[in-house]
Amino acid sequence: MTSVTTETGSPKRRLGDLVFANTTRAAGVTILVALAGVAIFLTAEGLPAVGAKAPDLKGHSNLLTYVAPLVFGTLLAAVIALVIAVPLALGVALSVSHYAPKPVAVGIGYLVDLLAAVPSVVYGLWGIGFLGPRLIPVYQWLADHLGFIPFFDGPASNTGRTILTASIVLAIMILPIVTAISREIFAQTPRLNEEAALALGATRWEMIRLAVLPYARSGIVSAAMLGLGRALGETMAVAMVLSASGVVTWDLISSTNPSTIAANVALTFQDATGLQRNALIASGLVLFVITFVVNFAARAIVERNDPGKAR
Amino acid sequence: MTDLATAPETHQHVPLRHPRLPAFAPLLAAGIAAAAAALIGMTLSWNLTGIVALAIVIHLVGLTLWSRTVENARAATDRLVTSLVWVALLIAMIPLVSLIWKVVQEGSPALNAKFLTWSMRNVIGEPGGIYHAIVGTLIITLAATVISVPIGLLSAIYLVEYGDQSKLARWIRFLVDVMTGIPSIVAGLFAYALFSILFGPGTQMGFGGGVALSLLMIPIVVRSAEEMLKLVPADLREASYALGVPKWRTIIKVVLPTAMGGIITGVTLAVARVIGETAPLLIICGGTDSVNFNPFHGQMASLPVFIYSSYTQPGSNPEILKTMAWGAALVLIIIVMALNLVARLAGKFFAPKRGR
Repeated sequence: MTSVTTETGSPKRRLGDLVFANTTRAAGVTILVALAGVAIFLTAEGLPAVGAKAPDLKGHSNLLTYVAPLVFGTLLAAVIALVIAVPLALGVALSVSHYAPKPVAVGIGYLVDLLAAVPSVVYGLWGIGFLGPRLIPVYQWLADHLGFIPFFDGPASNTGRTILTASIVLAIMILPIVTAISREIFAQTPRLNEEAALALGATRWEMIRLAVLPYARSGIVSAAMLGLGRALGETMAVAMVLSASGVVTWDLISSTNPSTIAANVALTFQDATGLQRNALIASGLVLFVITFVVNFAARAIVERNDPGKAR
Repeated sequence: MTDLATAPETHQHVPLRHPRLPAFAPLLAAGIAAAAAALIGMTLSWNLTGIVALAIVIHLVGLTLWSRTVENARAATDRLVTSLVWVALLIAMIPLVSLIWKVVQEGSPALNAKFLTWSMRNVIGEPGGIYHAIVGTLIITLAATVISVPIGLLSAIYLVEYGDQSKLARWIRFLVDVMTGIPSIVAGLFAYALFSILFGPGTQMGFGGGVALSLLMIPIVVRSAEEMLKLVPADLREASYALGVPKWRTIIKVVLPTAMGGIITGVTLAVARVIGETAPLLIICGGTDSVNFNPFHGQMASLPVFIYSSYTQPGSNPEILKTMAWGAALVLIIIVMALNLVARLAGKFFAPKRGR
């Protein structure tokens, strides 16, 4: 045993250990390289589109005016989806963590996992073949009675393939991730805080409002932002459900809808040629940057307020 | 006692208990609300959705008012929120149920032996099969798994065994989390840009799909493997070191076998997650009606892309192809559910034997 220690006292590194340690480190660095590679290769293939002219940009004069309406549509669809999904997700998460008895909660958790397992193209199929047609009378009613609100200006679509339908499908798709993260945070609320609130005579809702929600606030924010990230980048459901014409409008229920970056790429890439494909890749780069920033911020919030690290 | 009882009432009587609604009150309110809504809905000839929505509203308002009159405002709020939580759960489950029902209903007529064993090559005007798409999906997913598992697993080992709290490890951990949010279409565009630069513009091949999917799969593999490796007790490692076993052999012979069940579960779930991805394959693999076994040459069909293109570009026989799209969706859902089941079983089956 004396020979394996050097003068500094650290054990001698064996060759096998050295090779193995460096292999694992290389694998880790590969991931970082891949992430950088996404940015680099998208930039390399997207740059030629900067000088593109109208014929390659669906009649837009430059790349900026080509991408801007798509960014608008992407943000609009994602934000509506978020507004629908977050309250539902919080309800489901609370039912699992604080309302349902244990066996029921496990069952609900399994159902939510099932919701996450359904492929996006199947959601698209369901949205276009089931949900859309059933929403036509609702849109008609909205246009007739609430038409004074800009969102429901109409005329109502007669196929149901509107941006509101797409957002509802998106909301269902981001529900599992928002639920999963909020549920985790809710379950981590210190038991003593909850019991203290109950001991002071708080009802269950008051206990949740006083002990659980303040504790989980940053977790809820980051869960919502991760959901937003998903909704921004979701492709197939929007591409299939939305009847897109690439306009900028606040009207959610008409048959002329803004398109989203992801859906636009999926719909037009196969038939595009030359610079058109470069322009699509450039729009993909914009989407990458937006989702990267949203996810980065969300994860940074989780990291900073990780309850596991705080105590 | 008698003194107290006969003493003049100098101060107000304070009950020790608030009046409470009976335990079955919510159920009773729900029943009454459902009956009332059904009555109103049927006389106005509404559809089922309208009746259910009305029943929920009546229940929410009715129970809250009842509680407010019998109990107090705070209890009423509590009951309202409880009802709202369950309503949220109900609403969240509607899409799942209707989606599975719809896919089974529309897809099951398409399922037969020919559907699973034929391709769409030269099939015109009659139902063909999805064999080419199943083959493509399997090859592409296999390629993605072959790329992702070594990189993901080794990275996880680095994070747990070597990196720990070092700066590099923390950055990798953080960026892997960020990577889970990369849109699938961006992964597809990345693979397309990469292959365009490497093999000439416009290259489309099955292997590219594997590269794109591995970008989505690696973060899932890393995170789940890391969690599993962390669960391996330090005692086991220390016992191995004490016997003079080098660290790398300890990891391979002790740590990995102990965590194997969890790692297999994680990898299977990651496969289930990417096998249904459509957007990247649409871009980098294209689509074809023929069987293509070569991932390094030519366009390759896959189940999700087949569903998408059959439904949105059905050509001259929309009815036949739309039925086939639903059938393919059913097959895809069955595959994904089976993978999820396998993942759970694998976790149990490979779990280390606890001798004590």
